Amino acid sequence: MNKYLSIWNGFTSTVKRDCLLSKKNLTQFLNPLLLFILVSASFPFAVNLNESNLSTIGPGVIWVIAILSFLLTLSNLYMHDLDDGCLDYMLLSPQPLPILTFAKTFAHWVLSGLPIVLICPFVAIFYQMELDDSLVLALTLTIGTFALSLIGSIGAALTLSTKNNSILLSLLVLPVTIPILIFGAKTVVLYQNGHTSLSGFYFIGAYCMFALSFSPFVSAAALRIGSE
Amino acid sequence: MMKFIHKLASPPHFYSISSVLIPWLAITGLILILFGVVNGLFFAPPDYQQGDAYRIIYVHVPAAYISMMTYTLMAISSAIALIWRIKLANAITVSAAPLGAWFTFLALVTGSIWGKPMWGTWWEWGDPRLTSELLMLFLYFGYMALHASIVDEKKADQLSSILILVGAINVPVIHYSVEWWSSLHQTSTLLKIDGPSIATSMLIPLLSTIFGTTLYFLSLLMIRTRSEVIMRQKNTKWVKDLIKGVQNA
Repeated sequence: MNKYLSIWNGFTSTVKRDCLLSKKNLTQFLNPLLLFILVSASFPFAVNLNESNLSTIGPGVIWVIAILSFLLTLSNLYMHDLDDGCLDYMLLSPQPLPILTFAKTFAHWVLSGLPIVLICPFVAIFYQMELDDSLVLALTLTIGTFALSLIGSIGAALTLSTKNNSILLSLLVLPVTIPILIFGAKTVVLYQNGHTSLSGFYFIGAYCMFALSFSPFVSAAALRIGSE
Repeated sequence: MMKFIHKLASPPHFYSISSVLIPWLAITGLILILFGVVNGLFFAPPDYQQGDAYRIIYVHVPAAYISMMTYTLMAISSAIALIWRIKLANAITVSAAPLGAWFTFLALVTGSIWGKPMWGTWWEWGDPRLTSELLMLFLYFGYMALHASIVDEKKADQLSSILILVGAINVPVIHYSVEWWSSLHQTSTLLKIDGPSIATSMLIPLLSTIFGTTLYFLSLLMIRTRSEVIMRQKNTKWVKDLIKGVQNA
C-alpha cells in the first residue's frame, strides 16, 4: 500500500499542516490566550474579595473563562479551509473524512487547548490557589478542553454555512458543555476541601471518550451536508 | 399497515387526514383539560402537607411532560428525516420546535411559582430538574437559531436535524450530571414500580389534564405542520389545486 495513502499519514500530515498554518499566523494563536489571561486578571478587580474567597471561586471562574476564550477559537476550525478551498480537497480526498476532522480537532486542541492548560497554573496564582490545587485544575482542563474541542468541532461544522457564526456557535455548544463545566470545576473544589476527586476525573474522562466516539463522524456528516 | 404509513407520510394525504383529525383531537383535548382543571381546582382534596398550593400540579406536570415528549418526538422525526429522507418528518420537526420551547418555558414558570411557597425561592440552582429543563430550553433555542440562520432549506433541515440528535444523546448526560447535586424537587409520584403514590381523587384530574394537554398539543402540532407543508410545497400541483379550490368556493 502506498505509504502516502495510509490513514496514519493522513492524520499526521493534517495535524502538521494546521500547526504550520498557526505558526505563520501567530496573532490568531495568541489572542485567545491573552484574552484568557486578561479576563482572569480583571475578575478580582471587579469583585471585592479577600484571600480565602478568591481561592474558593478560583476553579469555577477559571473554568468559565477558559470555556469562553476557547469558544472564540472554535469558529476558525473549518472556516479558513472553507475560504481557501482546502475543505473541498478534504471532501474529495481518498482519506476517510472522519479521520481528517479528528486530525483537525486534535490540532485545534493542541493549538488552543494546551496553551490554556499550560498557562492556568500561573493564572491560578492570581486567585491565591495552592500549587497542588492548580495542578489538579490543569489536569481537569486538559481532559475538559479536549472534550470541548470534540463537541465544538460538531458545532463548527454545523454552523459553517451561516454568516457571522461565532455567537450562534457559542449558543449551540454551551448547553452541551455544561456537564464538563460542572464536573471540571467541582473536581478541583473537592480536592481543595480534602475529598477524593477521582469520581470527577472519571466523569470528565467518560464524557471525553463518549464525545470521541461520535464527534469525528458527526462533524464529517455535517461537513458533507454543508458542502452539497 | 406499511402501505398506510407510506400513504400518511405523503404530504397531500397527511393534509387531508389531518383536516379530519384536528377537530376531534382539539375538542377531546379541551374537554379533558376542562374536566381535569375543574375537578383538580374545586373538587380534589387539599394536600396534607402542601395545602392548596399543590394544585398547580395540574398545569405544571403536563407542561413538563410535553416539553420532554416534544424533544423526543423531534429527535425521532429528525432521525427519520435523515435516514429515509421523508419530507413530512422535516416539516414536523420544524413545527414542533416553538411548541416545545413554549411548553418548556411554561414548565419553568409554573415550577418556579410552585417553588416560591414550597421551597421559599423562585429559583434554586441546586435542583437538577430545574437546571436541566433550562438547558433544554437553550437546546430548543439553539435549534431554532440554527435553522433560521441557514438560507438553503434542505441544508437547514439536515444540519439542524443533526443538532437535535447530538442534543438528544446529550440530554441524559446533562440530566444526570446535574442530578448529582442535592435535590429539592420532589420525586415523581406517577412513575413508580408499585403504582402511583397519589390519592385517586387527585390522580384522575391529573391524568385527565395530562392526556388532554397531549391531545391539544397534537392538534396544535398538526395545524402548524399543515401550514409548514403548504409553504414548503407551494409549487406542487396539489397545493395549487387546493388554492384554486379555495378560491372557487
